[in-house]
Amino acid sequence: MSQFIVRRLGFVLLSMLMASIIIFAATQVIPGDIASVILGQFATPEAKANLRAELGLNRPLVVQYLDWLWSFIQGDWGQSTSMHVPVREIVMSRLYNTLILAAVGFMMFVPLGILLGLISAIRRNSWVDHSISISSLVFVGLPEFVTGIILIYIFALQLGWLPAQSSVDYSGGILPMVPMLVLPGITVSLVSLAYIARMTRSSTVEVLQADYVRTAYLKGLSPSRVIRVHVLRNSLQPTVAAIALCIGWLVSGLIVTESVFGYPGLGRLLLFGASHRDIPLLQAVSMIVVVVVGVVNLLADVIYAWLNPRITYK
Amino acid sequence: MVLDPGGGERAAQRPAGEPVLEVDQLDIVYETDGGPLAAVRNATLTIRRNESLGLVGESGSGKSTLAMGVIRYLADNGRVDAGSVRLLGRDLTGLKPSELRRLWGAQIGVVYQSPLTALTPTIKVGKQLAEIATLHLGMDKQHARERTLEMLSKVAMPDPENILERYPHQISGGMLQRCVIAMALMANPALLIMDEPTTALDVTTQAVVLDLVQDLKDEFDSAILYITHDLGVIAKMCDRVAVMYAGEIVEKATIRQIFKEPQHPYTRSLLECIPRFDPSCAKKPLLTIPGVIARVDELPDGCIFGPRCDYVEEQCTTSRPGLREVAPGQFTSCTRCDDNLFAACRADADSDAAPRERVSLSDADRLLDVLDVTKHFPAVQGGLRFGRRDRRLVHALDATSLWVGHGRTLGIVGESGSGKTTLARTIIGLEPATSGTVSLNGGVLAPAVDKRPRSILKEIQMVFQNPDSSLNNHRTVGEAVARPLRLLGGVRGQELRRRTIAAMEAVQLPARYYDRRPNELSQGERQRVAIARAFAADPQLVICDEPISSLDVSVQGALMNLLLTLQTERDTSYLFISHDLAAVQHLSDLIAVVYLGHVMEWGDAARVLTPPYHPYTEALLSAVPVADPDSRQPRIRLSGSVPTPIDLPSGCRFHPRCPRCLGDICSQKEPPWQDVGDDHRIYCHIPVEDLRNLEAGSIELVPSRGGRS
Repeated sequence: MSQFIVRRLGFVLLSMLMASIIIFAATQVIPGDIASVILGQFATPEAKANLRAELGLNRPLVVQYLDWLWSFIQGDWGQSTSMHVPVREIVMSRLYNTLILAAVGFMMFVPLGILLGLISAIRRNSWVDHSISISSLVFVGLPEFVTGIILIYIFALQLGWLPAQSSVDYSGGILPMVPMLVLPGITVSLVSLAYIARMTRSSTVEVLQADYVRTAYLKGLSPSRVIRVHVLRNSLQPTVAAIALCIGWLVSGLIVTESVFGYPGLGRLLLFGASHRDIPLLQAVSMIVVVVVGVVNLLADVIYAWLNPRITYK
Repeated sequence: MVLDPGGGERAAQRPAGEPVLEVDQLDIVYETDGGPLAAVRNATLTIRRNESLGLVGESGSGKSTLAMGVIRYLADNGRVDAGSVRLLGRDLTGLKPSELRRLWGAQIGVVYQSPLTALTPTIKVGKQLAEIATLHLGMDKQHARERTLEMLSKVAMPDPENILERYPHQISGGMLQRCVIAMALMANPALLIMDEPTTALDVTTQAVVLDLVQDLKDEFDSAILYITHDLGVIAKMCDRVAVMYAGEIVEKATIRQIFKEPQHPYTRSLLECIPRFDPSCAKKPLLTIPGVIARVDELPDGCIFGPRCDYVEEQCTTSRPGLREVAPGQFTSCTRCDDNLFAACRADADSDAAPRERVSLSDADRLLDVLDVTKHFPAVQGGLRFGRRDRRLVHALDATSLWVGHGRTLGIVGESGSGKTTLARTIIGLEPATSGTVSLNGGVLAPAVDKRPRSILKEIQMVFQNPDSSLNNHRTVGEAVARPLRLLGGVRGQELRRRTIAAMEAVQLPARYYDRRPNELSQGERQRVAIARAFAADPQLVICDEPISSLDVSVQGALMNLLLTLQTERDTSYLFISHDLAAVQHLSDLIAVVYLGHVMEWGDAARVLTPPYHPYTEALLSAVPVADPDSRQPRIRLSGSVPTPIDLPSGCRFHPRCPRCLGDICSQKEPPWQDVGDDHRIYCHIPVEDLRNLEAGSIELVPSRGGRS
């Protein structure tokens, strides 16, 4: 098993490395010149040339890349060109906010999605199943900016139960901010919730028809024990893989959701960096996203292997 | 109430011959979109303690529905519509689900067809077995574990401690079926249902499992309901038999009555379509049952078997007959059985068709010549990996030499894992041989199929075991059959359609099937499509890899007749691969017995299957269940299954499992090819004379060291 984890870790590190190359290359082709961004439109060509030399922008790209990667690994993420503060400080505080929102979303869609999927599968072809299926089909198709705005309209503007804006500040702890987290939490998780529910339903339906489930029933086990002991561990295997995929969606959903709700997170920071051509900021945020997604996928692989004894650890 | 789940002592308290299961006029109905479907009608049967009742019939006859309906485990749309089921006197039809759960696993044990799918893949075997002990016997974890170990040793499981900690996929099929049997018997059930328990196993493993069930039967004293399509297994395992057809029991009798004096034409036909181990019948057409089993939603008026019956009369088509007793203990639904129907017709079967010709091993007429073919695979298929690579080789075929003459059939037998399929794939070029040559009509073929010219591809065609997966459901029957004609024969346009229909008609598929898709056809019809496709381009050699194994006996007989007819008409040669020795001996001129990628015995079909045998052939033959309750076979059993051929055993590759191993010579020295005479060769150290005498029972071989006998 440990050998298996080491091998998966190898794959994750390799994919992070490739992602870093893509990110670096992409930020090179963005129109605009760091020197002009820093010095302003009216700087003299000599001043720009001096700054470029100072920043090492005259060196070959490969050297620049390796230098950037090495500094990034060491924790030196450079200076924001638009805010004139170290990138790491801003990114870290925003990462914290985003992780809280992501965790809220995750806790909403994973248990609920699995539960709804299981209910659908067990009560197959009943009205419960049909209503879950239909609503999940609707939500899989709705993008976050639509659901977010609908939710704001109903719960903030019409009912007035929850705030429409989520300009959170966690310096006083998370609890007082919970009302601000509800609507964005639901918004980021709805797509994944629907997907997980559908995934769990189809894999559970398949497992329920397996010969070994008949064996379990004909041992005289109660339906709840059959589900818990003989069905769940098998039917959740595809779901775990789906959850890992959903984490990727969650990240892209966060960018939209944070903008809709004015939530101070990485997503909005990324948008800000892009519109201000703040290249060090863009690079750092993108790399953090890559690292988070990579770690989550590694975790999913390990859970999957634990669920499925047939996987070979070679 | 006899519900307390006790240990062995309860068995002793039951009076002798007490009925355990009494099914009375049971109707089972499925609610479908097209209205209710009476899947089982008016089923009545009784099983007493320590008695086993066999339930036989083609697929679709309702055997499994009856068994599952009896224990009240039906799909949501199924229900018991009328009649009663009593288990130890208690009516099961009115029980609530919670009451049924107290019976399932405790009073009712079930053994399933495929042990690998019957056990939960993610739970260790020990835990799955112990569940029954904790649930029904009220044991704590420790006692349940002890009980599990005790049961595993009762089913003769080697190293039970180790088995407890394994997952199902880590255990071989035969061993796993023992675990399932141990699980079913854990609470000493009054009724044991065995649903095709050995169908998914190799013939040698089947023999061992059947022996085990026989031995356990007396110890556990359960009533056994044994479902199978294999009449040989029935003859060996059961005391009484119920024959089912389209949802009804049409004949019920003791085992001797069924096999010696069947009274229903359906029973009779089932027995007749099995090939016999009789060289004088080889290559002669088998009697088959015309048509297909009646669907329960389209039952004919009168006798349900009427449309397929050779003896049907006016009276049979007017009213539906019920079971009546025609001899003590024998019930049949045929109204004409008093007329001595069968005596007259028997003569037809033994008519015409010349006996099989002898084939000489020195014969120069060779269509296909396989010379010293070896095929190695890497032990682990490659891929992107961080770590070491396993560089060992699997020796799937090891210096195999064989040949087939024009218009002849070479039968290839051996357990699964013996290399039969690899041989077929190597000949056709799907797996290029590592070394050695394959020649057709004297010309050496390129090892890989994509290097062979079309003229060669056209000459060698293949029929696979499972027509479901070898035919593409997105293509119509016509397109499938036309493909080889178009690609290999270059036929186009109207000519193509004409020849496609001719190819279909050659296998008795009507032309109206041209536009149907394979999934609209029955299993037997699909395999006919596969055969039509193989024959369409008029090949010289057709390789049949288990072409009839997944089919019903009646369909098997019809397809064997078809293969024989096509061979006579077109002088086609066959390579017929099967684990079914009776089918192989029926079709073949030559037989090769293969073990671990090497031929162990080969020669004229009749000689190979009569003494003297190679010890491996002897063990295979002894494992075949013969459809005759009086047959007395020697009980020669092989332990374990064919090992993975990564490190081939030294000396004779069969010596670790050989019941007649002589000791050092077998484990150290490669055996010689001994010429037995009469075109028959054996690859063994034991002198031919001794092998001959072994069968006569006159000598006992004494192993010099380390051998088993």
